[in-house]
Amino acid sequence: MAETITLSVARYRPEIEPEPAFQDYRVPYRKDWVVLDALNYIKDNLDGSLSFRWSCRMGVCGSCGMMVNGTPKLTCAAFLSDYLPGPIRVEPLQYFPVVRDLVVDISDFLRKLHKVKPWIEREEEKPLAEGEYRQTPEQLDRYKQFSMCINCLLCYAACPIYGLEGSFVGPAAIALAQRYNLDSRDQGSRDRMETLSEQGGMWECTFVGECTKVCPKKVDPAGAIQQYKVATATQWFKSLLMPWGSK
Amino acid sequence: MTGQNRHTPYHPRWYRRRVSVWWWLQSWPYAKFVLRELTSLFVAYYALVTLWKLRALAAGPQAYAGFLERMRSPLLIVLNSVALIFVLFHSITWFNLAPKAMVVRLAGRRLPDWAVQSANYLAWAIVSGVIVWVLRRG
Repeated sequence: MAETITLSVARYRPEIEPEPAFQDYRVPYRKDWVVLDALNYIKDNLDGSLSFRWSCRMGVCGSCGMMVNGTPKLTCAAFLSDYLPGPIRVEPLQYFPVVRDLVVDISDFLRKLHKVKPWIEREEEKPLAEGEYRQTPEQLDRYKQFSMCINCLLCYAACPIYGLEGSFVGPAAIALAQRYNLDSRDQGSRDRMETLSEQGGMWECTFVGECTKVCPKKVDPAGAIQQYKVATATQWFKSLLMPWGSK
Repeated sequence: MTGQNRHTPYHPRWYRRRVSVWWWLQSWPYAKFVLRELTSLFVAYYALVTLWKLRALAAGPQAYAGFLERMRSPLLIVLNSVALIFVLFHSITWFNLAPKAMVVRLAGRRLPDWAVQSANYLAWAIVSGVIVWVLRRG
């Protein structure tokens, strides 16, 4: 029975190292510990200088995403027992610039997310007196899956297109655009389609499909992007065949 | 270079790793994806062979016999076998991915993936059956 397990953690302290290097830490092995628990043990007992993001410890906040043995994972859901006998390689999410140790800069994603207008767009707001925008369970069901996204960015770290083509809007942002397109209360789908038909939009995606595999919330961004492509192509054909039709 | 890149509190230096040209050898799913993309070359090759065959057919029985003779060369048999494997890989992965792009709703509920896949395979079988029927009748 293993008493301890080794974590090989990528360190990057820009004032010390010109590029990231691994540092090994031996931590107690506990069956109910996840990688995040081990990182917190290191921070509290072995090396207080280790930097990483975390918050909820229960797969809701989406801040503890890291590469665990080369795969994007929420470290709060990656059990040490699945990586026996170790060592476990922990690195910052790939394809993002590293700020320090395991902390990456996500401002590129935030900029792109804002571009697809992930909120309910109305041409005209209903007067308050008319009450709320109602929705049937069936209408909710159409987009619910895509609304489960927690912006953890594991899908970006799994997407080689995002790594190779910096302008690509990326899986989560497109899935969230689709979430609002499918919402019966929303009227902004034309706007979003224009943004996402540009270079860096949905057509950059070549359907590698890894984003869907790593998603901890089963959002299926790859599916969202392909459905978006089908919808865009259909609309283009319609406008070609019936230019007089309503837009 | 080093002087320019030195870290100061007000000019933090983010570290960016370049993506290697060999990124697709990093993991099996990536390699499989690149193979799937490569299948397009073999699909194009199949289309060219078909065009070649049609041209031979149009040029008369002698030309067609010549075409069949060419096809018997060991090099082409090996090439065609490899192409067949890739084209099958292309079709099967395509059908398996279809439910991701096609959301079919019946009575307000989304059809499960296997139903969309089987419908695709069924359509494939029916079309192939019709082609075989037409060919055998002739």
